[in-house]
Amino acid sequence: MRSYYVKRFFSAIFTILIIATITFFLMRMIPGGPFTRERQVPDEILAALNARYNLDDPLFIQYLNYMKGLVTFDLGPSFRILGYSVNDLIREGFPTSAKIGILATILIVSVGIPVGIISALKQNSPIDYFVMFMATLGVTLPSFVIATFIIYFFAGQLGWIPSNGLNSPLAYIGPTIALSGYSLSFVARLTRSSMLEVLRQDYVRTARANGISEFKVIGKHALKNALIPVITYIGPMIAAILTGSFVIEKVFALPGMGGYFVESVTNRDYTVIIGMTVFYAAFYIIMVFLVDIAYSMIDPRIKLSS
Amino acid sequence: MAEQKKKILEVKNLQTSFYTHLGEVQAVRGVSYDLFEGEVLGIVGESGSGKSVSALSIMRLIEEPGVIKEGSSIIFDGVDITELDNKEMSEYRGNDIAMIFQDPMTSLNPVYSIKNQMVEVIRRHTDMNPEEALKRAKELLGMVGIPDPEQQIHDYPHQFSGGMRQRALIATAISCNPKLLIADEPTTALDVTIQAQIIELLKKLQEEIGMTIILITHDLGVIAELSTHVIVMYGGMMMEKGTVEDIFYNPQHPYTKGLHKSIPKVGEKNKERLVPIEGSPPDLMAPPAGCPFSPRCPHAMKICLEKPAPLFEVSESQVSACWLQDDDAPDVAGYKKYKGAK
Repeated sequence: MRSYYVKRFFSAIFTILIIATITFFLMRMIPGGPFTRERQVPDEILAALNARYNLDDPLFIQYLNYMKGLVTFDLGPSFRILGYSVNDLIREGFPTSAKIGILATILIVSVGIPVGIISALKQNSPIDYFVMFMATLGVTLPSFVIATFIIYFFAGQLGWIPSNGLNSPLAYIGPTIALSGYSLSFVARLTRSSMLEVLRQDYVRTARANGISEFKVIGKHALKNALIPVITYIGPMIAAILTGSFVIEKVFALPGMGGYFVESVTNRDYTVIIGMTVFYAAFYIIMVFLVDIAYSMIDPRIKLSS
Repeated sequence: MAEQKKKILEVKNLQTSFYTHLGEVQAVRGVSYDLFEGEVLGIVGESGSGKSVSALSIMRLIEEPGVIKEGSSIIFDGVDITELDNKEMSEYRGNDIAMIFQDPMTSLNPVYSIKNQMVEVIRRHTDMNPEEALKRAKELLGMVGIPDPEQQIHDYPHQFSGGMRQRALIATAISCNPKLLIADEPTTALDVTIQAQIIELLKKLQEEIGMTIILITHDLGVIAELSTHVIVMYGGMMMEKGTVEDIFYNPQHPYTKGLHKSIPKVGEKNKERLVPIEGSPPDLMAPPAGCPFSPRCPHAMKICLEKPAPLFEVSESQVSACWLQDDDAPDVAGYKKYKGAK
């Protein structure tokens, strides 16, 4: 068992280094650089800037220097946001994104799964059709549409919630709903189909034949089996949601880290790009690992071993 | 009947249909029989004959879009269980009427231990505390021949072989001393040596506890081994009913005879070829107006195609739904006319 964890740990480190390497060279292959402006920057200033950030070293030396920083968790300075290191940006942005993300995750799990179960139990009833209609809507509508809709109606017309910022508890409602829309719908659909599949299984019939109450047949015998695919989806989803959404943060004017993902690419802010990517990748790998542990806890047939 | 035995189950005019998009599938079309304490009733028939559906009807486990039709009654221990709601029925299931199924590999929940699943059922129907229930579960596992119940009760289903799983399922089914055990093809999914062991086990349980059993199978060998009485089903209807001796030594329905001819007999020195029954089972969406077997029957007469045969009494213990028993029918070699319609 311990050797399994050790192996997983080293393979995770290796994966992150590969991702960092690929991102590093890929970004350098894109034309332009952090100091490229629409107006021609004088050569001597450009040279001074490049020298200041060691961008005039040979690429391979830059790579080695970056990797040296990475292994000590120093993600380097931002090239575009003056006076900030990438670590600072994550430290400032992540808590905001994570707060919304955690709320969204709670909403997704506590609404998506029960709704999926109800829909499966009432298959082909009006409730089922309604749920599946809403879920299809939720999966297909882009988050900015949902976000704009929420702002227009609930913040604008009705004035129930603030339209931007996070200054009151009510302000969390809009971004949380907008952020969870897609995944909530997806989880509801996934739970429904997985539940329908499990309810057809022989062991569910056995439980019923043994007089187990319908509540326990569903809540104990069927649910635990039906949750496996749902957990597979939710694990990586948490990593994606907690690291922020560019769209939601823009629309609701939130100081999260989601914006850096996009802005750093357009700005060629090399260190921020790699930093964000590595941060997300590490988070993702941890979540996948947790999903594997959850599997082994749910299904005794799955054993963690190397 | 020499001694007056207690009637456990009375099935009257059982009709079960599935209302699919394509139409009504009439899986069971009017089956009636009585079952007395200590009897082992074998129900034989080929796939689609309605034998499993008739058993699931007794458990009230017919799933959507299946319906037990109006006019059917299933009187178990004096109560018409077709009248019960699902919650009341769940008090009976696993307690008074228990059932084991065809495929032990998939009939246990893979994510819970044997202990968990057995204790749950025992505690559902008794007042035992968890320790008592666990003790009872271990006793039961020992009784059905699990070698080391003390340890193996903690195992998960995937750690059990098919035979062991069926034993565990049988142990669970008999845990609350059911008055009736329904075994739906209990040996079909197992290999031959294990089949023999499970049959032995059921036989032992039957002899020791005197349990009343309905045994559903397409295997006449299993029937011969265990049953006291036999019902032969075809196309959702009862073709012939009698004691095991009646059905094996004096079959009076062409379908029953056909079944016997299509099965090899071990040990007999005859070199007779096996004779398959020509044709295929009827479409239950549009069953034949007359006897369901008439399209395949070598002796079919005009009336067979028009009207299903009533149950003709062959002897005190045997009835046959065949027009050959009618007074007006011609004499056919191998068939004897008895007293007329019941």
